[in-house]
Amino acid sequence: MATQDTYNYSVVRQFSVMTIIWGVVGMLVGVLIAAQMAWPVLNFDTPWLTFSRLRPLHTNAVIFAFGGSALFATSYYVVQRTCHTRLFAPGLAAFTFWGWQLVIVLAAISLPLGYTTSKEYAELEWPIDILITLVWVSYAVVFFGTIFKRKVQHIYVANWFFGAFIITVAILHLGNSAALPVSFTKSYSVYSGAQDAMVQWWYGHNAVGFFLTAGFLGMMYYFIPKQAERPVYSYRLSVVHFWALVFTYIWAGPHHLHYTALPDWTQSVGMVFSLILLAPSWGGMINGIMTLSGAWQKLRSDPILRFLIVSVSFYGMSTFEGPMMSIKTVNALSHYTDWTIGHVHSGALGWVALVSMGSMYYLIPRLFNREIYSVKLIEVHFWVATIGIILYITSMWVSGVMQGLMWRAVNPDGTLTYSFVESVQAMHPFYIVRWLGGTFFLLGMLIMAYNVFKTIKGATPAEAAIPAPAH
Amino acid sequence: MADFTSNYWTWYISAGVLGGIIFCFWLVLWQSKDRPEEGEAKPTGHVWDENLEELNNPLPKWWLNMFYITLVFGIVYLILYPGLGTWAGVLKWSSKDGPNSQYAREIARADEQFGAIYAEYMKQDIPTLSQNPEAMKTATRLFINYCSVCHGSDAAGQPGGFPNLRDTDWLYGGKPAQIEQTILDGRQGVMPAWGQVLGKDGLFNVTEYVLSLSGRSNNINAAAEGKVKFQQLCSSCHGADGKGNQAIGAPNLTDDIWLHGRSQKSVMATIEKGRQGRMPDHRTFLGEDKVHLLAAYVYGLSQGR
Repeated sequence: MATQDTYNYSVVRQFSVMTIIWGVVGMLVGVLIAAQMAWPVLNFDTPWLTFSRLRPLHTNAVIFAFGGSALFATSYYVVQRTCHTRLFAPGLAAFTFWGWQLVIVLAAISLPLGYTTSKEYAELEWPIDILITLVWVSYAVVFFGTIFKRKVQHIYVANWFFGAFIITVAILHLGNSAALPVSFTKSYSVYSGAQDAMVQWWYGHNAVGFFLTAGFLGMMYYFIPKQAERPVYSYRLSVVHFWALVFTYIWAGPHHLHYTALPDWTQSVGMVFSLILLAPSWGGMINGIMTLSGAWQKLRSDPILRFLIVSVSFYGMSTFEGPMMSIKTVNALSHYTDWTIGHVHSGALGWVALVSMGSMYYLIPRLFNREIYSVKLIEVHFWVATIGIILYITSMWVSGVMQGLMWRAVNPDGTLTYSFVESVQAMHPFYIVRWLGGTFFLLGMLIMAYNVFKTIKGATPAEAAIPAPAH
Repeated sequence: MADFTSNYWTWYISAGVLGGIIFCFWLVLWQSKDRPEEGEAKPTGHVWDENLEELNNPLPKWWLNMFYITLVFGIVYLILYPGLGTWAGVLKWSSKDGPNSQYAREIARADEQFGAIYAEYMKQDIPTLSQNPEAMKTATRLFINYCSVCHGSDAAGQPGGFPNLRDTDWLYGGKPAQIEQTILDGRQGVMPAWGQVLGKDGLFNVTEYVLSLSGRSNNINAAAEGKVKFQQLCSSCHGADGKGNQAIGAPNLTDDIWLHGRSQKSVMATIEKGRQGRMPDHRTFLGEDKVHLLAAYVYGLSQGR
């Protein structure tokens, strides 16, 4: 049969195109809510347009719609090509696409209407959670089914990370979303009090660790060596940092709950493992960046490679910042401030978004059998996005440290020097800079959307023959 | 540790934590033996997707050392601080339990440093204190931090049941001792719901009567009918003349000052559904010295200062 000899690109194409669309949507909502922070009048006194309802829409859209679609697209592409076999269970693969899009649409409707479990990054109510579970189990069947029928003996390192991401996200989702429904649109967590908070941040931090890190490391391990046409720097580093990373991340959640009702021992364990996490994280950065050794000149001429390598640099920076912020003394200053927002976005914009964009620039021309419409526009996108990231994270650092210092400043009579609202007032200029940074980043995304649209317009879907494995 | 069903938990927490750290040590040691010479890294020989290959460079030394340092730090930290189950740590540090906890020590240090200032103010009576400019500077800062969220930074209150503190209309009395009492132990205001008892017409009539007390009724006949119901149901708290009762915090209804909204609609909603008002207590949170100072500040506001 002819189809046995080609890769299944159709589901990869669908997810790739949706990555671009959801990227635009999610970042647009992000820019709106950033503007609402600076100019509250933009809430328009309309319940479904208020910050509190759009903020979870923004996080869900960029993490699960944009990031999720990028992960589905790249993992399906990579697992086929590195296993030298067509995707297992094409019907299920198609179901994961339509099911995941339905989840996103349901989120985009239910969150502005105010339906929420109030668990950060897990706000969706129980019927949607069940749909997510069905999609995710199907995803696992397709992915691991493809691994099982691979034509090469060794499993490529990118697939270790995609696999760990799929398994762990399933466990996290089931563990944290366990709830008692009281109606079709309302449920209550089965956990309570400090335990509920701990389960939530076990989930929340590992959503970062596995969804936003392990999955995207899978992307890095395929697209950097491919684009650079260089071998991965070190196999043994892959082994060490993979096992150390997946083991250590699971413990790090309590650092979100320093100086709270969480028992002291839990906080200490969380902090210790967060610090230990530095080296495993940097192992990935070293492997990504050093893959380029001997080919550094390519960075000058290849904007796609620049996206990928700069993303790994941001990964290194935020995985240094994270362990530092988990130290209780530092956390006492940084917690509840904009510093946390800056930290998250140096990871989200700098690492997750840039590596996804670089991968999509690699992928989309190959999926549609076309040259990219404009390399120049990739170049422009890179600089616009980078300026946006820098404006965003530096303004949030300054604002965050300032907030922390203002909150703890004390007068000679023991009273607090600043009231809370004075710190809010002081943050205002930084909120404008942050909004500007976000606008730059969105502008870059729009340039990408235009470039991709021009590339695929009128193109016929590509069919790629499966080559025989090398021996 | 009531969250656990047995005392065994301390062992599996410790085993998991120490086992995890030992696992990381083993992992790094295992892969850092047998170091090939730098710069001579060979491909592993695996090839995927036509040209994907892997070199096998040794683990960078600086990275290995960083890894070891964090692992050693982790073990030392868990010896010094609580972390391994019920092990309290060599330093016996605690965030909030007992007199030696970080919280207790920071509070004690603050008391030692600043306590004398407030003890001195405690010796002055409230009217005198309210004329002490230095004391009132401190009091303003306290007010801004602890009271302004409800009462506003200018103390003029806000809609929704947060009284204006600048006027001379008092729910629970404006004498220095009464103000101090209000802040120390808080107040619980309850207006019962009368919608069921009054019915639709009765509700309208009583509303008109209440509005008429401050000269705002548009319907004299309804107000006259409402007066009868008012005398039966409302006068025990608000008084036969509607001037209220500070002993139980029943507001004066004749002065056109409204805690929950001035409009006919708001007044009717208050009568129909009732209201709950709560001033939190501050005896434990702020301590008597600071409450005394705040009482002087609020008293001063009502004196036009």
